[in-house]
Amino acid sequence: MSTKNHIQTLENESIFIMREVAAQFDKPVLLFSGGKDSITLAHLAKKAFYPAKIPFTFMHIDTGHNFQETIDFRDELIAELGVDLIVRYVQDSIDQNKVKEETGKYASRNSLQTVTLLDAIEEFGFDACLGGARRDEEKSRAKERIFSVRDDFGQWDAKKQRPELFQILNGKINFGENVRAFPISNWTEEDVWTYILQENLKLPSIYFAHQRKLVKRDGSFLAYSDYLNIVDTDEIVEDVVRFRTVGDMTCTAALISDADTVEKVLNENKASKHSERGARIDDQRSESALEQRKKGGYF
Amino acid sequence: MIKGVNLLWNNVKKEDIFKMDLLRISTAGSVDDGKSTLIGRLLYDTNALTKEQEQLIEKKTAEKGLKDLDFSVITDGLIAEREQGITIDVAHIYFSTRSRKFIIADSPGHVEYTRNMVTGASNAEVSIILIDARKGLLEQSYRHYFISQLLRLGTVVFCINKMDLVDYSEDTFLQIAADVKKMVDSYEFSKPNIEIIPISSLKGDNVVNTSENTPWYQGATLNDILHSISPSNKGDRAFRMDVQQVLHVQNEEFTDFRGFSGRISSGNIKIGDTLTVLPSGKSSTVKEIRQYENVLEEAHAGDSVIISLNDEVDASRGSLLVKPEEQPEASKSLDATLVWLNEDAAHLGGRYIIQAGSRQNQVKLQQIHYLTPPENPELKLESSKLELNDIAKVELRLAQAVFLDNYRENKANGTFILIDPQTNNTCAVGFVGS
Repeated sequence: MSTKNHIQTLENESIFIMREVAAQFDKPVLLFSGGKDSITLAHLAKKAFYPAKIPFTFMHIDTGHNFQETIDFRDELIAELGVDLIVRYVQDSIDQNKVKEETGKYASRNSLQTVTLLDAIEEFGFDACLGGARRDEEKSRAKERIFSVRDDFGQWDAKKQRPELFQILNGKINFGENVRAFPISNWTEEDVWTYILQENLKLPSIYFAHQRKLVKRDGSFLAYSDYLNIVDTDEIVEDVVRFRTVGDMTCTAALISDADTVEKVLNENKASKHSERGARIDDQRSESALEQRKKGGYF
Repeated sequence: MIKGVNLLWNNVKKEDIFKMDLLRISTAGSVDDGKSTLIGRLLYDTNALTKEQEQLIEKKTAEKGLKDLDFSVITDGLIAEREQGITIDVAHIYFSTRSRKFIIADSPGHVEYTRNMVTGASNAEVSIILIDARKGLLEQSYRHYFISQLLRLGTVVFCINKMDLVDYSEDTFLQIAADVKKMVDSYEFSKPNIEIIPISSLKGDNVVNTSENTPWYQGATLNDILHSISPSNKGDRAFRMDVQQVLHVQNEEFTDFRGFSGRISSGNIKIGDTLTVLPSGKSSTVKEIRQYENVLEEAHAGDSVIISLNDEVDASRGSLLVKPEEQPEASKSLDATLVWLNEDAAHLGGRYIIQAGSRQNQVKLQQIHYLTPPENPELKLESSKLELNDIAKVELRLAQAVFLDNYRENKANGTFILIDPQTNNTCAVGFVGS
């Protein structure tokens, strides 16, 4: 008999889900942000179909407030994988007056992404969007299905979710609906880092300790950038930091850290006991910030 | 109190991480039976909570002016749930110790109890059933055990909770334990591994730490039991693999590659084995078993692989790969236990889509033999329809023959779902022959 470790078990499950998406949908797309979760997805996609090519187009919903390191990394990886990348910009949604830029100290484009995403889904007629969301991230994510059916407004209705049993995935949808598919639902942040270690995956440099100019605000450190509305109470400092998530620059907090390898990051995360979403300023707006955004069609 | 040695993360080496395995647990029950407290206690005492969660627990405990920690915030997920003080849907909770990663599928009680528990427990290997020491076995405990049995879970752990409220009485514990054994013996099915533990989630007795309040209990803590269970081995069953996709590749390196991708649901396979493709019935031998760039000698249940055969036989999504000497019977009529999961009732003669693995087919609800109330399975109730949470023995008629196993012999190839063709919703789960 064979014994599998937890990472192998998770990988086998995720590859199964990827293949179900490829088989059950006509026009699936893989949402790719250049962060570690979508890098993991991309790697799983490569493994799931090899020697065939990855059967998904990739799409990035660009807030325009990215770390340059992530964008450079994204373009390198896309070239290496040989897949097509679509980029749709939140700036365009703003210019078309579909969304309004937030103002003030905490202005962020993170929640504006929803409109750009829904428009892109409609524009290309995607019937399934693969995403790197994980159930351990947040309380409302813990109740998410692997195949999550959304109506044509992209809305998530927690009370009307389809039961998912055994390994049977029901991807049948009505016209206009689409499915958000989450192959790494059952992975934790620790599992992702462990997988990165095992598979020797490359990541954008900002995940590891580096010297950076920072804005100290409310006890957190944000990367100094032109996108941030700096106010009098903010303090500009410099330190050695790393990022645990790589979202919009205006709402992703840095950790003071000298962890410069995957192994060190793993150990430091475990020892610190702080959650990953603790570093997402926009999720701290209220206890249900993410759930509210999801109901509106957010990833 | 001594913390288990497997809980400390410090100085974990790379080799250790890759030795961890995965165990899936199901918990179920309503909010007031202490389930959230049990999960919270398990995570708290295994040091698996984040700082934010610990702070939230301390804050809520202080706000409510409680003496003991209030763990309910860990499992209350959605806005509506917090407002109404109930849980709506199956939540997934993750934690790991040094040697094992755990996934808890936590199902709420209330109206959709059966539906949620079947859903949450479908992938689990262990079921934890909580019993209030003051109340003993309730209707819900019978239902809970029945579903664990229906799903053929390998281990059922009965936690006799709130022992602090019965002065840690050994007599009370023994009486309930005797009732549990009686219930277990009264079922005709094969017996799972049964564990019975006296605990107090609120005080932390025998959850992770051995209690000084129950010197008469010599058994293991819940945490120890969860570490001692071996994840199930489906390797000794007949080989079954649903074809997910056929992959064709022609390039410089792979001049003419044709392989069937799938996840082996049970059994093993090695190079040279003869495989039969169902429904066509054509056979060939295994030429290559591939996982990404690795070419394997053999593969096992749970592996996602791509299999190439020596002859060009017709197979596509919806085909099942088996070994010729262990073929499941083909049948256009299926006796099964159904659990109805949909708010729209099923009526005799109703038409649905059956999905088993990647296979889909048209099906008709031909006959409802009887309903089985899970809290009293001896009763066989007549009915002409199936409503939400009903469990029934039925006969299904299929448009084409389907190759399924009896659920008792092969769980992986003995289950299916029914899809309502009008709404596309998953409306039932079925267990062949059970």
